[in-house]
Amino acid sequence: MISFTLNDKPIKVDADPKMPLLWALRDLLDMTGTKYGCGIAQCGACTVHMDGTPIRSCVMPLSTIAGKNITTIEGLSSDASHPIQQAWLEHNVPQCGYCQSGQIMSAVALLESNPNPDDAAIDNAMQGNICRCGTYPRIKAAIKDAARNVSITNVDFSLAKNAGEKA
Amino acid sequence: MIELFQQAANNASIKQTKSVSRRDFLKLTGMTTSGFVLGSMLSVSLPAWAHGNASHVGDNTLNLFVTIETNGRVNIVCHRSEMGQGIRTSIPQIVADELCVAWKDVHVVQGLANEAYGSQNTDGSRSIRNFYAKMREMGATARTILEQAAAEQWAVPIADVYADDSFVINKNTKQKISFAALAEPASKIKPPAPDSLIYKSKKDFKYIGKPIQIIDLPDMVTGNAIFGQDVKLEGMLYASIERNPVVGSKVESFDKAAAMKTGGVVDVYKMPEQPTPVVFNPANGVAVIATNTWAASQGRKALNIKWGDSPHKDHDSAEYLAKLNQRIVGKGKTIRQGGDAYAAMQQSQKKIAATYTVPYLVHAPMEPPAATAVFKDGKCEVWACTQTPQNTQQNVAAALGIAKENVTVNVTLLGGAFGRKSKADFSIEAALLTKYTGKPVKVIWSREDDIRQGYYHSISSQYFEAGLTADNAVNAWIQRTAFPSISWTFDGATDEPSDGELSLGFGDVPFNVENLSCETHKAPAHIRIGWVRSVCNIQHAFAQGSFVDELAHAAKVPTHKMWHQLLGNDRFVNPKDQGFEYANYGETLERFPIDTKRLKNVLDDVVTKSGADKPTANGEAWGISAHRSFVSYVAVATKVRVKDNKVTVLEMHSSIDAGTVVNPDRVRSQQEGSMIFGLSLAMMGEITVKEGAVEQSNYNDYQVLRMSQSPLITTYIVESDAIPGGVGEPGTPPVAPSLTNAIFHACGKRIRDLPVNKHFTV
Repeated sequence: MISFTLNDKPIKVDADPKMPLLWALRDLLDMTGTKYGCGIAQCGACTVHMDGTPIRSCVMPLSTIAGKNITTIEGLSSDASHPIQQAWLEHNVPQCGYCQSGQIMSAVALLESNPNPDDAAIDNAMQGNICRCGTYPRIKAAIKDAARNVSITNVDFSLAKNAGEKA
Repeated sequence: MIELFQQAANNASIKQTKSVSRRDFLKLTGMTTSGFVLGSMLSVSLPAWAHGNASHVGDNTLNLFVTIETNGRVNIVCHRSEMGQGIRTSIPQIVADELCVAWKDVHVVQGLANEAYGSQNTDGSRSIRNFYAKMREMGATARTILEQAAAEQWAVPIADVYADDSFVINKNTKQKISFAALAEPASKIKPPAPDSLIYKSKKDFKYIGKPIQIIDLPDMVTGNAIFGQDVKLEGMLYASIERNPVVGSKVESFDKAAAMKTGGVVDVYKMPEQPTPVVFNPANGVAVIATNTWAASQGRKALNIKWGDSPHKDHDSAEYLAKLNQRIVGKGKTIRQGGDAYAAMQQSQKKIAATYTVPYLVHAPMEPPAATAVFKDGKCEVWACTQTPQNTQQNVAAALGIAKENVTVNVTLLGGAFGRKSKADFSIEAALLTKYTGKPVKVIWSREDDIRQGYYHSISSQYFEAGLTADNAVNAWIQRTAFPSISWTFDGATDEPSDGELSLGFGDVPFNVENLSCETHKAPAHIRIGWVRSVCNIQHAFAQGSFVDELAHAAKVPTHKMWHQLLGNDRFVNPKDQGFEYANYGETLERFPIDTKRLKNVLDDVVTKSGADKPTANGEAWGISAHRSFVSYVAVATKVRVKDNKVTVLEMHSSIDAGTVVNPDRVRSQQEGSMIFGLSLAMMGEITVKEGAVEQSNYNDYQVLRMSQSPLITTYIVESDAIPGGVGEPGTPPVAPSLTNAIFHACGKRIRDLPVNKHFTV
């Protein structure tokens, strides 16, 4: 039995400790917002946060997340109200939508660590997330907009803050 | 993708209509089995192609595309698959506009597999071009019935009322009745004849031509969108299948006991032997069935399968391409001819010749294929990320030995597809496994399965030769192509390109050259060949667009000018005049001519707006190309920097003339996606085969474009009232030649063998 915190709730999973977090989320916990794309940390579709840091859940065995704080796309907001989700809506970013959970989780992590990223910083933070539909230009524009909006409105959209408010 | 293949794949007439069972109907409208709801459904109309079918006459409860509930919700069916093109928004946009319903009242219902809709094959860039008129008819029919119902209530002529924003309004009294209130009386009104319908004029459009936000957007940014990989049923098992690395090889032995020892594995099943031709039949292999995906994939590792021999075991893509390249320089089988290209070539002052090659490619959509099925009491229900629900229904029925009426196919969202999910193989696997286990089964394809068990874009060789006169006019043109045919996948025999494939940017060469010879060479297939976004246009546009650039260089004129010179006067090109059975994407040349004016126009548009004719900094240059495909016209201008043997793509601009566009934002997003898809395949796309097996396995060795490699992108849409053309695919073909032309102009190196990363760091 492995215990960890998932989107602010304590959770216990009875599974092979070698099972990657991705499959525990998807198959055992019915949290299908986090996607499978490659299984070898190449595409970023499975990106979630572990203690605020983006990780590829497809290569993260359950044993390594015991006691950790995991946030998935479902933990961001259920009503798309998070500033990054709002920016995604504003720019009509998704095409097929499959990679977008991972893209959004990477973008949130980027803005938490760098509230005003330039193109190079965005490329660097996002290059682990593949999109075959080609939404890169809109993702980049959405991240810049989100950064701008956050700085204008002084909204602190860090997950830690939001989590605190929810609690 | 091409009618020819659909016919081969769909052994049933798609035109035959069938009545929808009550259960199917309720399911497709997403409603519960409540008599109240059914009673209040608005019967709208039969599709135009159902008229005259006795089973439908007087059947007023059957309504294929529109139902209205008494609470005001207006259900509009989308019968095409959503794979990122926005079709679940644009099809309802068309219906809703003519229906005069407020967009907030629209609820989109995904259609089940049902031949009554007509073709549901979401491929060939034709959802809008094939259904624009029919969807307007569906909306206008429903609106007319609602107006009729209101007119009867007020006892006024129908001409005295009009519909707007989910109400019918009396022109004289300004009284209003809601669609909700009219739903029930309207359901008893006989649909008007299609030729009596009055359509909106363009100036009155509220939704058509507007950038309406896609309806799935909120779900997509919150993780709530359901794709094929996400389906879960009560008591469901998970299957992972180890398939043959070489087409045709059979399972000789495997270690069932070892796989069964893996925790979570509940069963191991040898899949039925794949018949030939391969068509969409699942590959030979062994399925490991478990309580979760991880366990199934771990069990697979213990199978230790011994594979039998295959006639394709010696296939080596590098050797094969070398053979095609030898063959292509000799005269081939003529498929289109004008004048005498060989005699004219002899008299030319200057002769230019070049061979262009494109490797095997694979789709690699972000979501690998997945299907879930449950078989119970002789009936099967499938949930799949399929582009072709009807074909899936037929194939599943055939595999289970039941009537197709007993197979229900639900279409989930598709996490990308690009042609891969046109094939029913993964759904058939799920159906076979649910029948075997007696439980719901989800078949999950891994990324490795997706890369190694694809239906690949053909490896190809193209040879182009042109003769120039002393004043640099092109007076002779010979072009040849050789690639394994998709037809082989369906018949196991075809060993040369088919007319359908040659209609994709080869036999339809639009140039005004008096002496022309288009030829093909044999190329037997050794791996499964399928259609990948824009299909053979990829290699043909690469060769043609590169060759025009080479001719421009030889003639010392700008490439833009050479295009104009070759395209000649404004005219309609008819390849049939020169003996080629041109398929024109299933359309007539009367409705969709090959119009050189429109091709020149997009080229001029992109050059002017991008600044591709302006000087650039040292080491930087523009490249351009243009192509007509899927009856639309696209030109692309690409700016690159080449420095220290590294290619950086700085800008990419694309202009499309796709006739009338329904949702300009989604046309732009398709343009953006087409460019990035085209850039990805040109820069780094390559599948290689050794000893019959694909060598790549995942995104680490089948590289695709990442954000850091993605240029600044700009799109232009040509304003047009012409009939809608294709959008999803035509943006891709001109990308590769525009890129390699730009590289040539930047540094002098001509790349004729894709991908670019064989020559440069990208």
